Amino acid sequence: MIAFLARRALALVLTLLAATVAIFLLLEVAPGDPALTMMGMNADPEAVEALRRELGLDAPLVTRYATWVLDMAQGDFGTSYTYKTPVSELVAERLAVSAPLTVYALALSTLIAIPAGVFAASRRGRAGDYAVMGLTQAGIATPNFWFAMLLVILFSTVLQLFSAGGFPGWEAGFWAGIKALTLPAVALALPQASILARVMRSALLDAMGEDWMRTARAKGLSRGQAIRRHALRNALIPVLTIIGMQFSFLMAGAIIIENVFFLPGLGRLVFQGVIQQDLIVVKSVVVLLVFAVVLVTLAVDVAYALVDPRLRERRP
Amino acid sequence: MRLGSVRVSSGFVVGAVLTVLFVGAAALSYAWTPWSTEGLSIASRLRPPGGEHWFGTDHFGRDIFSMIMVGARTSITVALVAVAIGAGIGVPLGLAAAAGRGGWLDELVMRFNDLVFAFPALILAILITASLGPGAVNAILAIGIFNIPVFARLTRGAALSLWAREYILAARAAGKGAARISFEHILPNTANLLIVQATIQFSLGILAEVGLSYVGLGAQPPTPSWGRMLAEAQTMIYVAPWFAIFPGLAVALTVLGLNLMGDGLRDALDPRLKGRA
Repeated sequence: MIAFLARRALALVLTLLAATVAIFLLLEVAPGDPALTMMGMNADPEAVEALRRELGLDAPLVTRYATWVLDMAQGDFGTSYTYKTPVSELVAERLAVSAPLTVYALALSTLIAIPAGVFAASRRGRAGDYAVMGLTQAGIATPNFWFAMLLVILFSTVLQLFSAGGFPGWEAGFWAGIKALTLPAVALALPQASILARVMRSALLDAMGEDWMRTARAKGLSRGQAIRRHALRNALIPVLTIIGMQFSFLMAGAIIIENVFFLPGLGRLVFQGVIQQDLIVVKSVVVLLVFAVVLVTLAVDVAYALVDPRLRERRP
Repeated sequence: MRLGSVRVSSGFVVGAVLTVLFVGAAALSYAWTPWSTEGLSIASRLRPPGGEHWFGTDHFGRDIFSMIMVGARTSITVALVAVAIGAGIGVPLGLAAAAGRGGWLDELVMRFNDLVFAFPALILAILITASLGPGAVNAILAIGIFNIPVFARLTRGAALSLWAREYILAARAAGKGAARISFEHILPNTANLLIVQATIQFSLGILAEVGLSYVGLGAQPPTPSWGRMLAEAQTMIYVAPWFAIFPGLAVALTVLGLNLMGDGLRDALDPRLKGRA
């Protein structure tokens, strides 16, 4: 187990390092000069040059890369060109919106998908199964930001139950915050819940076809009992993998959804960074997102290895 | 339902009809649209749907039905070329990795896969367009790069199991090299899987293109695109909800059509998987 953990941790560090190189190279070849962006197009060339030196933009590529990574390793994510505040502060502030949004959406998706998948599997080939499968097909095909707009038309224009966007801040109270995040979370959750429900259904159908299910019935369990006690538990393994993977989709999906609802989250921060050429913000936030994704993947792998020792061995 | 000697599901037929409809509309738009999509007509702006303008008009008085037809071109072209890039690079990489199993190339391909998959999908596209600038061509690159590991991983996995087969051993005994075996024996036997995956990546590509152009990183004006129509519609969602509804419906139906077709193909090509996810 320790060897397994060490190997996975090493792979995580290497992936993360490779990702920093990729991000750095991608953004360093970007057209546009942060110093010029900060000073404005009509700035005095000498002043711009001085600022470039101050920002360390005149150093060679390798030095700049090394400085960036070493600073990050010590918790220094640089200072935003546009906000003039440390990126770590910006991220902490935005995370207070993005993290609850992601968790909210993930919870909604799981709470809807698992019962829907179990329902469809237990009524295989009947009307209920077809209804769930049809709805999930539609859910997968719907762009989440368009679904968000439909939600806004329905719930904020017609029914006037929710506001069309914005975030009052957690100072306004827990429920006010949750209310502001509800439509975005529902929009984010829809495609993920659709995928998850289909995975749940097919995993459960697989498990229900296993020999040990017949044994369970033979020892006197009812069909429902056998499903609950045996099939469901086994079917949850692939479902867990997908939930882990969805974390990454939700983070990315949040970028667009945060823009639809004008939520001051991480996604909006990255996106504004791109538009304003605030590269240090983009670089650092993307590294953090990648870190979150690899960490979640590792956590899922470790969870499996704990449950199933066969998975500790090196895969082919 | 039967199609030649292959049994196909009704889902496949619905999917194929939808796909043909949208690809056809895109192709037709080069020759004919109900209204011109160029030029403004302020007098007829924001008309609700009706007999004259089936889907209404936008804030510049352009016919939304015609705009959707022209927008289909952008989305379909971007997604199609991105799939071609992904398959064109990913499949040979996967074949090579499987042929040299455990070697340095295999290791390199797998690590490249891990690297790309470590990025939340859209983030990578945003980074690439941020670096190279917004536009349809860069959107193709951004989506195409993400497709490479998808095809590489799938091909490698399928090829690895094929390499253990007896007919491959026979081909090796006949003196064929790894490259020839890969292209003459392995590739044709993975074709089914690849076609199904290509359909899936095509539909994901359309969703990605729409997302990128919605946030302004895809095709630039005046090229009509579904994503930008939705972005513009959002600001007038209260006065002209039809402007937001129809382009989104076009995206959803296209993607639905491709997904149904992909599922149907998979079931028809590999009956063992019938009725699975």
